[in-house]
Amino acid sequence: MSRPEIPTIPASEITDERTFLGRRDLLKSALALAGVGLIGCGQDSASAEAKAAAAEPARIDPPPRPWPGSSKEALTRFEDVTHYNNYYEFGTGKADPANNAARFVARPWTVSVDGECAAPGRVDLDDLLKPALLEERIYRLRCVEGWSMVIPWVGVPLAGVLARFKPTSKAKFVAFETLKDPKRMPGQRSDVLDWPYREGLRIDEAMHPLALLAVGVYGRWLPNQNGAPLRLVVPWKYGYKSSKAIVRIRFTEQQPPTSWNVYAPGEYGFYSNVNPTVDHPRWSQASERRIASDRSLLNARIATLPFNGYADQVAALYTGMDLSRFH
Amino acid sequence: MPMRIRVSKLALFAACLLPLAWLLADTLYGQLGADPVQQITHRSGDWTLRLLLATLAVTPLRRITGYNPLIGYRRMLGLFAFFYACLHFATYLILDLGGFWSEIGADIIKRPFITVGFLAWLSMLPLALTSTRAMVRRLGRRWQLLHRLIYATGIFAVLHFLWLVKADHSEPLLYAAILTVLLGARIDWRRWRRPLARIGASGSKRGN
Repeated sequence: MSRPEIPTIPASEITDERTFLGRRDLLKSALALAGVGLIGCGQDSASAEAKAAAAEPARIDPPPRPWPGSSKEALTRFEDVTHYNNYYEFGTGKADPANNAARFVARPWTVSVDGECAAPGRVDLDDLLKPALLEERIYRLRCVEGWSMVIPWVGVPLAGVLARFKPTSKAKFVAFETLKDPKRMPGQRSDVLDWPYREGLRIDEAMHPLALLAVGVYGRWLPNQNGAPLRLVVPWKYGYKSSKAIVRIRFTEQQPPTSWNVYAPGEYGFYSNVNPTVDHPRWSQASERRIASDRSLLNARIATLPFNGYADQVAALYTGMDLSRFH
Repeated sequence: MPMRIRVSKLALFAACLLPLAWLLADTLYGQLGADPVQQITHRSGDWTLRLLLATLAVTPLRRITGYNPLIGYRRMLGLFAFFYACLHFATYLILDLGGFWSEIGADIIKRPFITVGFLAWLSMLPLALTSTRAMVRRLGRRWQLLHRLIYATGIFAVLHFLWLVKADHSEPLLYAAILTVLLGARIDWRRWRRPLARIGASGSKRGN
């Protein structure tokens, strides 16, 4: 497990997410818009402001509509969702992404879609970012390392986006590729993983209504450290399946290679469904530490549920499959 | 004990308590971040390892500098390493596994990184118990032999760190490198050459 570091911003200095007011929002969105300009500025003076803008991007207006299937569990704090991240493109420490992604500018951005489809092309990011189309979905997130969060994502179902490109009958899988740009993603200067980060889903998994293409979190546009401008959220699988900063989507006939499986085939499978009965070779997956809103030292551990609690919705995708073999 | 040594021992004692004070302060002021239990686990584990290496550094440092009073600080460093190891183990048992104690047995047997971590703690236990002056006297030469167990502790502790890491091994490898140097410094390298010299000597004898 990579080691967390003490966040550099003391909790006392972070304004409570709920008390954040419209006036400051305006300021923040202005800062976010000015983001492109910041790159060329004196880095030191710009970095503090850029960091603030990255940590709290503008609020999505009008607010996305709530989704009826949302989890009722207590939310993990905004500050923890945005400062406790596994995003090796920006470093292997949990605090690295928040620190190192501050100056990352997620514009301009194109997502090319190709492979086994009748209408290859590009995802129009601006089309995806239309507030009217967005919904807020509160999902549990279970990391393969044994911790979990409850996160209010904002996005659109992946199925609708994929359908526009008319996948053919040969499209058995969908491969996702994250941006590779060591200049903007300092973690990629070290070869801890084989860049670009690659992930994949079976087509029926990708078309499942729970699979989400997220562009926001906590009512705001995605902070850089959470995978801006768009990322996948597959709530019944371990967190690493949910690719961040996606630049390419490809329909394939063969199962695509996936980064963690390539790195350690014995430890990370292609499916990576949350499964309390299939242990990671080095640690148990039977329970998890919830990154709880109260940050309590006691009773943080809870039982892990099959498919991360989404068995009713997704178990049918795997009927007849040996889930310990296809882990 | 000369005054100078007594004062420096007191200073070392206070210094060894600083990581604990820092940890307690961060706990009280809610500065442990998103996953406070893991933060306490990692920090107590880090300090166990650092103090273990500091303990193992005393003898080579004494040899290099020729400053013999250094040996007087070794026991305190070792006992503090054990203290942080206990804190680390207790955090895992009480805070991390809280309510899930049925997992302990399986964890210790099935998870190599927990197995070696447990062995590291276990191997320190007899060393801490026999650290008193009376025990040193009572055990005589066997004390020295028993306390070589700390070499195993060091190896277990570094493996424990190395095996729990997911992908970025740079930090545990740094500890492994320091441990290798410290253990390597204990090998009498001249001894490796002696047998060869002897063969040469006997050969020339036979020639006569």
